Amino acid sequence: MRNYDEETLALLLRTLSAAPEAWVKAAQEIPLARRGLDDIVERARADQAFREALIADTENTLEGAGYDHDPTLLDAVRERFSS
Amino acid sequence: MEAARDDGEAAARGSTALSAEQTDAQLVGRCRGGDESAWSALVERFSRYVYAIALQAYRLPEHDAEDVFQEVFARVYERLGDLRDDDAVRPWIGQLTRRLCIDRLRSGGREQPADEETFAGMPAEDVIAEIEMAFDVHEALAGLSENCQEILDRFFARDESYRAIGDALELPAGTIASRISRCLVKLRTELEGRNPVPAESGG
Repeated sequence: MRNYDEETLALLLRTLSAAPEAWVKAAQEIPLARRGLDDIVERARADQAFREALIADTENTLEGAGYDHDPTLLDAVRERFSS
Repeated sequence: MEAARDDGEAAARGSTALSAEQTDAQLVGRCRGGDESAWSALVERFSRYVYAIALQAYRLPEHDAEDVFQEVFARVYERLGDLRDDDAVRPWIGQLTRRLCIDRLRSGGREQPADEETFAGMPAEDVIAEIEMAFDVHEALAGLSENCQEILDRFFARDESYRAIGDALELPAGTIASRISRCLVKLRTELEGRNPVPAESGG
């Protein structure tokens, strides 16, 4: 069992430094992005032209449909429509 | 009397407070139920852990580490329902992070695909062990007063000066060193309460 002297504690506290705030925020917003994904999937089911455009050019189609640029959402949409 | 914190800092600590109160299994259960504040708390609880594995254990460049970091949490979010033991979320996230780091190293600009043996000794197990211990210390930190958490985190993990800490917490800079020392004693007591140190054998 480890003996937690002051030096050891200092070392271990330094080991786990904070991740960049923007990374943490982006990860915390995953549910939000996924809600956007659900909307997109629903629309693609109902609208064949939108679906085809999405497969051909995901980024511009989403931008044209009014979605803010969001790499997490973009990756999720590409993955969903890749097969 | 400890100094009051401004509203922004208090708000920023909202999910930390939630995180500290809940066990891993409780947080996972609430996430699975669609509680977004629990998801925020879960991300916050494990963000340093994932970050440390990617940067320190696998030494990924910052942009690769960011991709791995986001991918880890995206997969955790998608697959939380598949987790059989909610208490095992930490080793699960650790393993997922390690696997994605190796995938990233494999795909990262190599002319030839690397074989399994290339990564067999990576990362150094002592680095992973240190990160695991650091996580235990960080968990114990959550059991201290908010003021101690803030002071120790700002000084050690964020590398802030006495003056910066004093300014942020409205405390005289000259008292920060002694506060750090007192908080470290409290932290050690908290840790030893969780993991009793066996009595030293003689000789």
